[in-house]
Amino acid sequence: MVQHCMVLGADGVILDLEDAVALSEKDAARFLVRHALETLDFMETPVFVRVNGADTPFFEDDLRAIVPARPDGIRLPKTDGAEDVLRADALMRRIEREAGLPEEGVVIQAMVETARSLLHAYDVASASPRVSGISIGGQDFAADLGIRRTRDGGELLYARAAIVAAAKAAGVDAFDTVFTDVNDCEGLYADALAAVNMGFSGKAAIHPSQAAVIHRAFRPDEKEVRKAARIVRAAREAEERGVGVIAVDGRMVDAPVVAQALRTIELARIAGMEVPAE
Amino acid sequence: MSGTKNGIGRIIPDELLAGAHGRLVPYGREVSAAGRCAVRQAARGRKVVRDIKEAIRRSGLRDGMTISFHHHFRNGDFVLPMVLQAIDEMGIRDLTLAPSSLTDAHECVADLAERGVVTTIHTSGVRGRVGQAISSGRIRNPVVIHSHGGRARALAEGSIRVDVAFIAAPACDASGNLTGAIGPSACGSLGYAMVDARYAKHVVAVTDTLLDGALPGCVSIPQYLVDQIAVVPSIGDPSKIATGATRITRDPLSLVIAENAFRAIRASGLIAPGCSFQVGGGGASLAVARYVREYMLEKKIRGSFGLGGVTASMAQMLSDDLFEVLYDVQSFDAAVTESIATNPRHVEIDAAWYADPSASGCLVDDLDVVVLAALDVDVDFNVDVLSGHDGVLRGASGGHCDTAAGAKLAVVVVPSFREGVPSIRDAVQTVVTPGETVDVIVTERGMCVNPRRPDLAEAFRAAGLRVTDIRELKERVERITGVPRPVALDRDHPVGVVEYRDGSLIDTLYRVVSS
Repeated sequence: MVQHCMVLGADGVILDLEDAVALSEKDAARFLVRHALETLDFMETPVFVRVNGADTPFFEDDLRAIVPARPDGIRLPKTDGAEDVLRADALMRRIEREAGLPEEGVVIQAMVETARSLLHAYDVASASPRVSGISIGGQDFAADLGIRRTRDGGELLYARAAIVAAAKAAGVDAFDTVFTDVNDCEGLYADALAAVNMGFSGKAAIHPSQAAVIHRAFRPDEKEVRKAARIVRAAREAEERGVGVIAVDGRMVDAPVVAQALRTIELARIAGMEVPAE
Repeated sequence: MSGTKNGIGRIIPDELLAGAHGRLVPYGREVSAAGRCAVRQAARGRKVVRDIKEAIRRSGLRDGMTISFHHHFRNGDFVLPMVLQAIDEMGIRDLTLAPSSLTDAHECVADLAERGVVTTIHTSGVRGRVGQAISSGRIRNPVVIHSHGGRARALAEGSIRVDVAFIAAPACDASGNLTGAIGPSACGSLGYAMVDARYAKHVVAVTDTLLDGALPGCVSIPQYLVDQIAVVPSIGDPSKIATGATRITRDPLSLVIAENAFRAIRASGLIAPGCSFQVGGGGASLAVARYVREYMLEKKIRGSFGLGGVTASMAQMLSDDLFEVLYDVQSFDAAVTESIATNPRHVEIDAAWYADPSASGCLVDDLDVVVLAALDVDVDFNVDVLSGHDGVLRGASGGHCDTAAGAKLAVVVVPSFREGVPSIRDAVQTVVTPGETVDVIVTERGMCVNPRRPDLAEAFRAAGLRVTDIRELKERVERITGVPRPVALDRDHPVGVVEYRDGSLIDTLYRVVSS
């Protein structure tokens, strides 16, 4: 799968050294992923490597093997607070310095997977300029709370909303957790749509077949895109004319509406849709 | 006027009996042992024989003759092994075996060929041990690989002359009318067998379902083409039709390839009202049908005909009313038998109607789009659907070159590498479909347009698709896989030839030197 991951439709791929790898295979997996980073052409697909947690004996070896191979980012599991991020950041900096590589070229995506971590989500997100995003690890989080995940995901509502708020406050991306039933496309679509509506920047997939469904949820409809383009155009013209509040299609448009319209246009561009001139 | 009294006392003038009309005979007189009346009398009610051996005996089969079978049961066929075993036990040798194709169910042919029961093979495909026997030079005469259209042509022109055709018949009445559409072993269309019945000197229907009355409708092969009916306990396992080469994929990589192929087809502009469409066997090509179906439904496009190699998804497209007609030469899935039996717009066609290039018009020549699989392709867009990575034969020509030549857009889908071995070569081992008839090659890592079709490349770019030079793609793949050592072939030892659909020889098969 590693050699094909860049063509399976995801906007970014995560090569996993953590939970998908058996304890006895940690060294082999680390070697394989490093080799893949050094030899494969990932084309335009950003590559992240999920390393083992700082509380494991594999953490440092993982970073020492992976950081010099220059993935786009490290996915840091089980970050309980800012100190976990700072520790990883410092270690990565040392590895980069020793290897004569530019510092901070590899970003960190920090994973919030416990109740304690959720309460420190903003600290995690803002701990270092290296942090480009935070995400919620739904399975571990549910386990920490001692609850089971359900199809409609209501039990994670608060956590997901809190993650988005923390990420927005820190100015980084928020990524939603995986939907684990790979055969339930409808359930995945509903879950992804909820992620869009909550403000997540993206959603993790656990199987290649999920990428298209997630994309469908994140793709705004064409009418919405046309309206967003009209709003942005009208706002720009109003600004040029020095007018404050304007109306589009008979409705008042102010700064938050313009911001939402810009977001719609951004999603449309990511989805490869045609966007009318703004 | 002198005359002769016939059997019921009427006078027939002698000058007419010996005159300009040729040899005429008064009614009621024995014509000759081989005369028409005598034959009709002999056939009536006496077609059903006790077993396969009696059928073989009565057919007059002897050493050196040619026998044929169809492969509509694919991996579930019981008839070819059953008949060949009987032939072997009866001591008949030196036969030419000319089935429409050979599948995994026909492994016995390898032993029989090595023992001289079969000494020549004409087939569309070979797999498993038969392929190994051919590629290692263990069969006496060179094998001839033909396409489905090419075989229909060869039967019509007489370059294959079948002495006895054994036709697995899922349902047959006592007069010999038979069909593939009903019965416990229903396999759908009998398109390939229909041409055998037309041209073979002697036809034996082999059935496990002899109907009490007349066959109700849906006759694939009429009684006047059937000489004998052998009843056996079971002729095949229809559940094995949709395995192997025609399995519908869940593999994410194949789905990416299928989606890319669909984008190319959409960009060609050919999926429009009145369009015609075919997908070949192979996971990715079958998956393309799904994307095309969704698109046609969304855009409310109704095509003229679907063609195949018919899968459940093509039958679904017919029931969605996305085609006026679905032409079915071979059912790739036992699930479509109900459609062929009950939907008058699901039309069973024979191999000549499907693809015979010498006929006065065949359906492949009216195709807009065909999607085809491949084992290997090369930088000249030639396609190999026969040779495995070890050089051994393990594929089938099928309708590949027929449809590629006929369709306005021939799309070949292939993963850029399999099991670490690249699929894009400088030159394929065996050319089955010439590059000049292939328009686009689609992989998971990019699509390549034949330089002969600059119009297509332009349309793809206009639709925002990235077109990759095939040599560049080949190099990109080789950076991952490395360049494999070429298979060692003994070029002084040809083991077969590949016939193009028109009967010309497009390539030679050589003995593979085992490493």
